[in-house]
Amino acid sequence: MISRSWRNIAIIGVLLVLAIAVPRLGLPAFYVSLLTQTWIYGILAMSLDLLVGFTGLVSFMQAAFFGIGAYVVAIGATRYHFVDFWLTLVVAVLVAGIAAAAFGALALRAEDAGFIIITLALNEIVWGLAYQWVSMSGGDNGITGFLRVNVGPFHTTDNSGFYYLSLTALIICLTLLVLMVRSPFGLVLVGARERPRRMAALGYNVWLFRYLALVIAAMFAAVAGVLFAYYNEFVGPGSLSLDTTVQVLIMVILGGTGTLIGPLLGAGILVFLSNALSDITQRWVLILGAVYVVTVMYAPDGIVGLINRLAARARSRRELSLAASAAPAGAFNPRGGPER
Amino acid sequence: MGNAFYLQNVLGGLAHGSLLFLIAAGFTLIFGLMRIINLAQTAFYLLGAYVGLSLGLHGVDFWVAGVAGGVAATVVGLAIYGIFLHRYHANPLTALLLSLGFALIIDDGSLAIWGGDPQSISPPRMFAESIHFGNLVFPEYWLALIVVSTVIAAGLLVFQQRTKFGAIIRAAVDDEEMARGLGIDVNRAFYFVFALGAFLAGLGGYLGGPITSAYPGLDGELLPLAFAIVIIGGMGSLEGAFIASMIIGLVNTFGRALFPELSYFTIFLPVAIIMAVRPQGLFGRKI
Repeated sequence: MISRSWRNIAIIGVLLVLAIAVPRLGLPAFYVSLLTQTWIYGILAMSLDLLVGFTGLVSFMQAAFFGIGAYVVAIGATRYHFVDFWLTLVVAVLVAGIAAAAFGALALRAEDAGFIIITLALNEIVWGLAYQWVSMSGGDNGITGFLRVNVGPFHTTDNSGFYYLSLTALIICLTLLVLMVRSPFGLVLVGARERPRRMAALGYNVWLFRYLALVIAAMFAAVAGVLFAYYNEFVGPGSLSLDTTVQVLIMVILGGTGTLIGPLLGAGILVFLSNALSDITQRWVLILGAVYVVTVMYAPDGIVGLINRLAARARSRRELSLAASAAPAGAFNPRGGPER
Repeated sequence: MGNAFYLQNVLGGLAHGSLLFLIAAGFTLIFGLMRIINLAQTAFYLLGAYVGLSLGLHGVDFWVAGVAGGVAATVVGLAIYGIFLHRYHANPLTALLLSLGFALIIDDGSLAIWGGDPQSISPPRMFAESIHFGNLVFPEYWLALIVVSTVIAAGLLVFQQRTKFGAIIRAAVDDEEMARGLGIDVNRAFYFVFALGAFLAGLGGYLGGPITSAYPGLDGELLPLAFAIVIIGGMGSLEGAFIASMIIGLVNTFGRALFPELSYFTIFLPVAIIMAVRPQGLFGRKI
């Protein structure tokens, strides 16, 4: 087991070095910008994974909080002359948290399909606000006229500077989320997902834990939204549309729910895929729709799930040959599933 | 803002609610029977509007074109259900994402076929005039649409409550396994209800066309209203869908007239009240 965790640390280290080196490898600026978007969407997708994968809440309103974060940046900068990054970030996270506290109180009154429909409706209502409240949000045209601001050591006007800012934000968010899901708090979330009544009987307030998870996830989504707004120097209602909320969910499912790293992978795949497709054909939305269909039908536990399954099969085959040569029969897991 | 203003908006709201009912009826029936949240429902509406429009431009009668739009939506809907969706009854998330994938495909496909410009649909000649009543002016077609939709709602209710096939559907909603055990062909009911839902939405697309016109993205704009209706009316309830459609039609129309920038947000109010007081909706059961 020790060797495996060392191997994981080595893999993470190599990936990190690669990620840091990317802007200096002489790749076209286009790829650096796609990776920057991947880090930003990665934060958003991981925030949703906290709900879908760990808490068991399939929320369709995550884009609303992403968009709220983005609109706080745009409206703050253009109307109230907020130009301080940290102040903007704190306000965005707080506003998203407050919105999530209100929406969560409504949405958690329903369960399963009811929860899905109410979160869909709430997301669409926030979208409608951004789309129609032209005097505040600029309507369909969105808001321009604000610029990136430098953050500490990051010269964000430079694309590689922004790349490092988003990468740093991603690593911080990923670390926080990993710590959270491994903490007693995270364990209660998983417990409440699997056996809500038993957790309630053990004295945990299941509702409260779900509610807190919703609010916390919304705050992470707002961080991604803030970065997204600065990155594009533009915010439009598309950022909190149904399309966005579903795209993020597909990132989570495609990558593998409940893994955090999977949704990041899914974010990368969707960012690169939709860019490549929109280059090749005008009908890329149609193809994206088909990708959704194929994903949910054939890869319901995502890429990480697929890798785990293959790895478990390889392991059990190895154990099988060992068992055949030395150990008595029955020492392996015949179904080849991951150990639980 | 005299009485004329209110009366005008009440009529407009009821007309708008009437076309929403044609979308929401299928939405709520499909959910009630199969537990599928069919996000393609408003895409069926758009498809019906476009197909009807193409026929209307070739001189086909308004009502015939509307029915043809409904039939086109039915064909597409049955294909989607029969090939893909029927396997995912017990899995609302997968079914929902699949239906959304198909909604995107229909949406983008119609953009490719019919182009991106909004296309207006003119009401049938027999209702093309406006009615003047004091200083109140409103199109005759509004009244026609309200009547048509109310008749359809009544017909659906009678069908559901008074016919044998309606009883089969209700039995399958209540206890699918028991209905199967009694030898009832539940699958036939599934196909029938999905087809009916798609047909009503497609029909609504062309009949509602004189009010909403047809353009890419219309389906996305109608979807939040459909969600609000099933939340307020109660998922699976026809009566609920009808009353909630009218409520949302009225709220949306008055919202547009009084707070033009916040009309989507005004829908939030009834939704929030219902969720707070009666989360299962006006006519829903505990879910």
